[in-house]
Parts: sequence; structure tokens; C-alpha cells
Amino acid sequence: MFSIIGLIKAAVLNGTPLLFGTAGEILTEKSGNLNLGVEGLMFMGGAFGLAGAYVYSVITPNPIGFVAIIIAIVSAFISGVFGSLIYSFLTITLKANQNVTGLALTIFGTGVGQFIGEIMRIRIGGNVTIPNVLKNAFVDPVMPGFLRNIPYLGDILFSYNIFVYLGIVMVILMHYFLYKTRKGLNLRAVGESCSTADAAGINTDRYRYFATCIGGGISAVGGMIYIMTISGCVWNYSALSGEGWIAVALVIFCFWKPLNSIWGSILFGGLLILYLKVPVPFIPTQIYKIVPYIATILVLIFVSMKQKKENQPPHDLGVNYFREDR
Amino acid sequence: MEKREPLFRITRRQDIKKSTAYTIYLLAFVIAILLGSLVFVICNVSPVTAYSAIINGAFGKSTGIRQTVKIMIPLLGTALALAPCFKMKYWNIGAEGQITMGAMGAAFFAINFYDKMPHVVLLLVMALSAMLMGALWSFIPAFFKAKWNTNETLFTLMLNYIAIGFVAYLQGGPWEGKEGSQIVPNFNSNAVLPKVFGVHMGWIIVLILVFVMFIYMKYTKHGYEISVMGDSENTARYAGMDVFKVIVRTAMVSGAISGLVGFMLASGQDQTIYSGIAANNGFTAISVAWLSKLNPFVMVLISLLLAALSKGSSSLKTAMGVPASISDIITGIILLCLLGSEFFVNFKIIRRQKEDK
Repeated sequence: MFSIIGLIKAAVLNGTPLLFGTAGEILTEKSGNLNLGVEGLMFMGGAFGLAGAYVYSVITPNPIGFVAIIIAIVSAFISGVFGSLIYSFLTITLKANQNVTGLALTIFGTGVGQFIGEIMRIRIGGNVTIPNVLKNAFVDPVMPGFLRNIPYLGDILFSYNIFVYLGIVMVILMHYFLYKTRKGLNLRAVGESCSTADAAGINTDRYRYFATCIGGGISAVGGMIYIMTISGCVWNYSALSGEGWIAVALVIFCFWKPLNSIWGSILFGGLLILYLKVPVPFIPTQIYKIVPYIATILVLIFVSMKQKKENQPPHDLGVNYFREDR
Repeated sequence: MEKREPLFRITRRQDIKKSTAYTIYLLAFVIAILLGSLVFVICNVSPVTAYSAIINGAFGKSTGIRQTVKIMIPLLGTALALAPCFKMKYWNIGAEGQITMGAMGAAFFAINFYDKMPHVVLLLVMALSAMLMGALWSFIPAFFKAKWNTNETLFTLMLNYIAIGFVAYLQGGPWEGKEGSQIVPNFNSNAVLPKVFGVHMGWIIVLILVFVMFIYMKYTKHGYEISVMGDSENTARYAGMDVFKVIVRTAMVSGAISGLVGFMLASGQDQTIYSGIAANNGFTAISVAWLSKLNPFVMVLISLLLAALSKGSSSLKTAMGVPASISDIITGIILLCLLGSEFFVNFKIIRRQKEDK
């Protein structure tokens, strides 16, 4: 019983960076942009988030945890917006191929992230990290004690750090935006059929820019959360690598729906650490690790065979729009 | 209501002079180098010193040149493998996995049969097994694409991680050398690709492939079918082509070549196998193939450029304390700039004319 609770907790914590990465990419893909640069964006977010918190801890005598969190979020978000802006400019304005641009962004972003991580180590010496006061602010539970003390439920629902709840609120807001507002409807229209949306008088370029940049910023925050919570406020290149690609996979797994990404990221977060928590004899750990990918492929095949309308990718996903090509 | 023309509008170019196109690319490259200098300036290193150190590191000594060629081999090989897929507008981003599976196919024979076959036969069997595994790994998504139009970009991407997971398992399980080491012991010399001029002979294979691929794409029936498919699947169907067959066959040819690259990496470069053996070649090669406009000869040039950058930057770290990841940043900048410059090759910007009325 306790190990199950432990597993759920670990799955949620491990899934939170994925939740941000995935939700950001969902917003991006809803506009028809397939940004394969998520891996790069999460790297940049991780490095800049850590750097932001570090700089803050150095320049102020008595750093406050909450401020450090805000600074980390903002600097990660800005770095993500910057990366996505490059992507958007190339694919939307200059109509470059989306796959290739996304991959180039991944090369660039992972390079920048690793570069920042390494330069901090070379210049400052040792692994850069922040004071314990700030570290704790990132991982400490935020819910009041009486909620946390409810047996079982308190552990499962109320024992997490701030980012878990922030993520859930963010995803709900995104769902509301996409499905309950006119702007959200417009955005989905742009992703489904850019030419139709254009004919309806929607400024398609503006929507694509907006969705891609905000989405990229959210994904980058996911990278920051990984570094600041799971990796313990230390730059960790090898641990972070792969997160962004899993997020891309999760988008499919969630059928491009923000709300699905909550349980999707918990599931994937759980699968990725399952081998640590529940060792099963005869099944090697490495085989465990590929289960999420196999599951994603099955979903992908299933979706394409079923042709169910509401589970399809946005119709114009990956296609650039040029008005005169009609 | 008065009709207003926007200040600028863009239109597709029908034709462009080769010299103009090259000038645009060259300009983009120069801009990328200048942007890269900014990064050096931030690190307090003079860009001129840094760039000359990169060039020196890549081409200065014969050992440097050998290293550069060694990095270039898999990059060029994979870009060649991807060319037919991209020509068909089949977005195979699974070369990474196909390389890994190829390496696994080669390693199987290297580990289990190294003492049961003569050198040349063993190498041929390894190469064949690698190609088979690569082709098989590429067949899976192609089959689903052809049959149910399953998104191949995402499918091939997922298969990369499954292939890498397989090898990680073998590395820590059945093929592990010393218990707990997570390392596959080096291949017996019988299973190692011989060296020519100090570099494993993969470079000869890849150079031959450049010509083979050029001819395959340009002068064969297969190549023709691929290019028709790329332009319009409906046209291909109307012309009586077996669309299913063309998709699956092309993907398998591509996978086989990627698998061969895996063989060269395992047998020639690393002489062992590990989960990261493909080392992002599968991804970087996509940019190489695309920027070359799928022209095999241009691929040689671009892969050489990226390989030189990678080798040169690794010497920067020791010389100036600049992290080696700077090569990724500069590679990224170059790719992004060249990608952006294609716009000016494909499109014309027309400024609003003053009206005389």
C-alpha cells in the first residue's frame, strides 16, 4: 500500500516537467506548427532557469524562495519564447520546412543549454547550485498542513511542490482557452485548415506566432522544473536529454488534448521510473523504459486506423501556409 | 472602396539564376559565421583566433584531417540514405534508430561468429545483417504509412528510442563484458573494418554511395517513381504506379543504407556497440540532406563543413576553455541561417510600385 502511494507520488513528480513540455507542444501543434525543437527548448529552459535563480541568489544578500521561483520561471519562459521565435520566423514568415527547422532548433537549443551549463561550471568552478533555502523552495510541498495530513489522500493529492499545481492550473486554462473562447476556436481553425481560416478573415500568421511562442515558453519551463526539482538544482545534461522527445510523443498519446496531458504525463512519468520502484523479475529495466514509446506507437497506429474525427492530429499539422499556393 | 496593395508582397519565383542562389547561400553562411562570432565575444575569446583554431584543429594536422573524415563518414552516409525518402516527401526521421539497429545486426555476428568465418566473409555478413536490420526497422513505419497513412514522422521518431532501448538492454545484459560494466567488449580484430590511409574504409564505401545514389535518384525507374510520388501521390496512382510498393521499397532502401552506416560505426569507428552509437547522426543528417537539396555531391560539402566544425571545436576546449558544445550552437546557427535563406531563393519580394494614375 505504501509503495503504491510512493509510486504515485514519484510518477506525479517525474511527470510534471513532461506536463509542461507536452502542454506547450500541444498549444503549438494546435496552430499547425510541428515544432520538433522541444528538446532544445527544454534544454534552454533548464539552463536559463538555473542561471536565473543562481544569479539572483548571488546578487541578493537574503534571497527569498518565492522570488527565486518566479525568476526561474520567467527566465526559462523567455528563453523558450526566444527559441520558438526563431522557429516561427523561419517557418511562418520564411516558410522553411518545419521538420528540418525543428531539428535545427534542437541542435541549437541543446547546444545553448549545455553551453550555459558548462560555462557556469568553468567560470565559477564546481557544479553550480543555489543555496539550500532556495533549493527547498522549489521542492517543498505548498499545500497547508491539515490537507497534507489527511491519511492516504493527503499524500496522493496534497504533498507536491508548487509546480504540480501550477501545471494543472495551466492545463485547465489552456483547455478553457482552446475550447471555450473565440480566440481558441480561431486558433484551432488555423491548425485544421489554414486556408479556410484565412478566408474567414483570421490573421493566420499572428495566431501561429502566438501559439508557437507561448507554447515554446511553456515547454521551456518544463525543462527548468526538471533541473530545479528532479535533478536537484544542478545542471545535468544526460538526465535532461530525451525529456523533450518524450513530450513530443506524449502529445500524440494525449490526442492533442490539453486535459489528457495530466494523466498522460503522470503515466509516462511513472513508466519512466517504474523500473526503480517496482523491479519485476525477468523483465530487464531497459525494456521497461521503452514501454512508453511502444504505447505511443500503438496509439498512433490506432488513431490512423480508426479515423475517428476527434482524435486526429490537426489537419494542417506540419504544413506551411502560403496564400498564393491555393 | 479603394484597393490597397501592401508595401511588400511575396511571390514564388519561377526560376532563379544559379549564381544568384549561390550568392544568397554564401551570404547566409557569412551571416551565420558573424552571429557565431558574437558567441565567442560573449566568452571573451577573439572570434578570429577561435575560428582559425577551429580550422586548424580540423585540417591542420593529418591526425586532425583523419578525425574530421571519421566524423563525416556517418553523417554523409545517413544523409544519402535519407535522400530518396525526402524526395518522396516521406519524413523519415528514424535514421537514428535504423543506424542503431544496423549496428546491432552487425554486432550480433561480430560477437557470436568472429572465430567461425574468414575476415572478408565475416565483414560481408555483418554488413548484410546490418542492412537487413536497418531495412526491417524502416519497413515497419512505411507499411503503416502506406496502408493506413499513419504519421511517419512521429512513428519513426518513436522507433529511434525503442532501438536505442534494445541496445541498452543488450549492453547491460546478454552482450555485457565484465559483469556490471554495462560495456560490450571490443570486437575481435577479425570483425573490424580495415583502415585505408589511417581511416576505416567506410569513407570509400560512402564515396561510392554518393555516385550510386546520384544515379539511383536521377537515372533509374525507381528514382523516377520516387520523384513523381513526391510531387503528387495521386499522379503516381493515375500513372499506374503501385504506391504501396514504392513507399515501402523506398523506405527500406533508405533503412538499409542507414543500417550500413550502423555497420561502419560499429565495425569501423567504435569497434563495439553501445546505445548511443548513432550519436545524433540520424538527426543532423536530416539537415544535411535537406540543405543539399538532396543532391549527393552537395551533401559531401555540407557534411564536411559540419564535421570540420565539430572536430575543430573539440580542440577549442583544450586550447581556450570554451565548452565543446559551442560547435552545436554554431552548427545550429548555420543550419537556421541557411534554412532562412532558402526563402530568398524560392520567393521574390515585390515592393509596392508607385501608381501613375
